[in-house]
Amino acid sequence: MKIKLNGDPLEIAGPVTVSALLTQLDIDARRVAIEHNLMVLKRASFDSTHIREGDQIEIVNFVGGG
Amino acid sequence: MDHLVIAGKTFASRLIVGTGKYSSPAVMVKAHEASGAEMITVAVRRVNISDRSKESLLDHIDTSKYFLLPNTAGCYTADEAVRTARLGREAGLSNWVKLEVIGDERTLFPDNVALLEATRTLVAEGFIVLPYTTDDPVVCRQLEDAGAAAVMPLGAPIGSGLGIQNVNNLRIIREFARVPLVVDAGVGTASDAALAMELGADAVLMNTAIAGAQDPVAMAEAMKLAVRAGRLAYQSGRIPRKMYATASSPIEGLVGR
Repeated sequence: MKIKLNGDPLEIAGPVTVSALLTQLDIDARRVAIEHNLMVLKRASFDSTHIREGDQIEIVNFVGGG
Repeated sequence: MDHLVIAGKTFASRLIVGTGKYSSPAVMVKAHEASGAEMITVAVRRVNISDRSKESLLDHIDTSKYFLLPNTAGCYTADEAVRTARLGREAGLSNWVKLEVIGDERTLFPDNVALLEATRTLVAEGFIVLPYTTDDPVVCRQLEDAGAAAVMPLGAPIGSGLGIQNVNNLRIIREFARVPLVVDAGVGTASDAALAMELGADAVLMNTAIAGAQDPVAMAEAMKLAVRAGRLAYQSGRIPRKMYATASSPIEGLVGR
């Protein structure tokens, strides 16, 4: 299925949970925050949130800044 | 001790430093130590999906020692800033945000109308909002009325190193403000930080002045000392400025008179 991840189209095998997507992408869930269709997810809901065709996902972390 | 208190949280240091533009994480870590700062700012950005090799900033920051202040740098609308603040809250450990809504690319001056709107939204959501603003006493008062936990007027444009451009405005803001006053941006060297503190700022926030110095670790120490010196001078009550000299030595008892 097709989703939009950080502004770019991405083809993934799905449907998957947010946690499963992070595992696929090799991203440590403790270090990121996620927005799912413009709603920020609580970390506790990563396991129970399902990503579906056409969903928009933003995965962010902290970088250097002032 | 003379502590900085913002929204009920106490900090021993009145210097707040950034994490951007360092030549290496090791230099950043040493500079942070030398600065004595307890609060450090971080930016919120998309994870690089195609290149996972890069180290995470948080690998280099002891979050038991430093309080993280996520910013909304680079946001040009209230909506973007609010989304970024919400993400920063989830990525971090607190509901604090350094709120930036930029209005112009070349100057990076804030869009104060959008800033006020974003402040109201985030305060209503329970955020501790520290807005970066222009050195405008009226806007600072509006931000305060909107529930900002501090006001953070610029001394000069971000990264410019020009120092405090409008001393009088900062004096007026100091007089008006009922929340902590943090001079954010524009500092170039230690005397700029000292001046901000002498004007009565509660704290100074800087990034480029330290990270961009030839020796960032030494400059971080210089800034620590400058902020302390400026604070002490402010509290000590400086002498009035006078046009003419007043002798420091007795005028009586001079030899040969």
